[in-house]
Amino acid sequence: MDALLQDYLPVVIFIGVALFIGLALLISPFLLAFSKPDPEKLSAYECGFNAFDDARMKFDVRFYLVAILFIIFDLEVAFLFPWAITFGELGALGFWSMMVFLAVLTIGFIYEWRKGALDWD
Amino acid sequence: MNFSAVFFYLFSAVMLGSAFMVIASRNPVHSVLFLILTFVNAAGLFVLAGAEFLALILIVVYVGAVAVLFLFVVMMLDVDFAELRQGFLQYLPAGVIVGLIFLVELLLVVGAWVAGPGIANAVKAPIPPVAQVTNTQAIGRVLYTTYVHYFELAGIVLLVAMIGAIVLTLQHRKNVQRQNISAQNARSKKTALEIRKVRPGQGI
Repeated sequence: MDALLQDYLPVVIFIGVALFIGLALLISPFLLAFSKPDPEKLSAYECGFNAFDDARMKFDVRFYLVAILFIIFDLEVAFLFPWAITFGELGALGFWSMMVFLAVLTIGFIYEWRKGALDWD
Repeated sequence: MNFSAVFFYLFSAVMLGSAFMVIASRNPVHSVLFLILTFVNAAGLFVLAGAEFLALILIVVYVGAVAVLFLFVVMMLDVDFAELRQGFLQYLPAGVIVGLIFLVELLLVVGAWVAGPGIANAVKAPIPPVAQVTNTQAIGRVLYTTYVHYFELAGIVLLVAMIGAIVLTLQHRKNVQRQNISAQNARSKKTALEIRKVRPGQGI
């Protein structure tokens, strides 16, 4: 158990270093940089113009469809990992259960392909 | 004090704090970001429990995909941020009731586990010690054979999710010019070219 956790020591050190550098870069400008705020500095100048409307516009729903299809095949691959690592011990039932699982998802894949869900107009 | 205990309390504290911030922060985008922090800390707890596979799957699936979907939904809802600033605690009673029910259920499960000494022996597939069998192998040994029904059911749930998402969101626009690759490749010199004599002063 402790040997397992010792494998993660580099990860902890990495996160610590990343946290230190990130925080140092965020905090040091507050302490070191010359600051003299002025509303004119934030306004549009020369050939810039004021924003027409809010930057938070609605997404096209098709991005969502692509993301959902991505998650589903992501999960399918996640199920393959334990199967691959224990493949030798599983026997025929384990093999065919995965084949049925893949076949079910392949039906969905064929459906989405024929339906044109992978086309972007 | 040993290291894993320190990290357990660190992960738990950050997780509880960020879970509270998910419901307490007014801006839904901040809520999603706190949700990601919660997921990452839960992954840390999984690692401490020896479940490496689950920890990394949590990061890959939940942080990498589900949280992005949540962000999509938040961006798609076109929420009025000014309207959200009022009365965020009005749903607190309902949330407290749900939380209490969940707490009671957890206590019942844990209480039955502690009270019944024979229960630990009745487990269908006991968890093998981490030193001998890795977490991924332990899952693989039972998931595809002992729990094959649940596994196939998971596949069908994924299929339903896929078809549902396509049926609900897919609408093809009319009159869109699509590229037809096979038709393009089937063009030959004979079908594509035609030579005509054009006399001066007349059109074709």
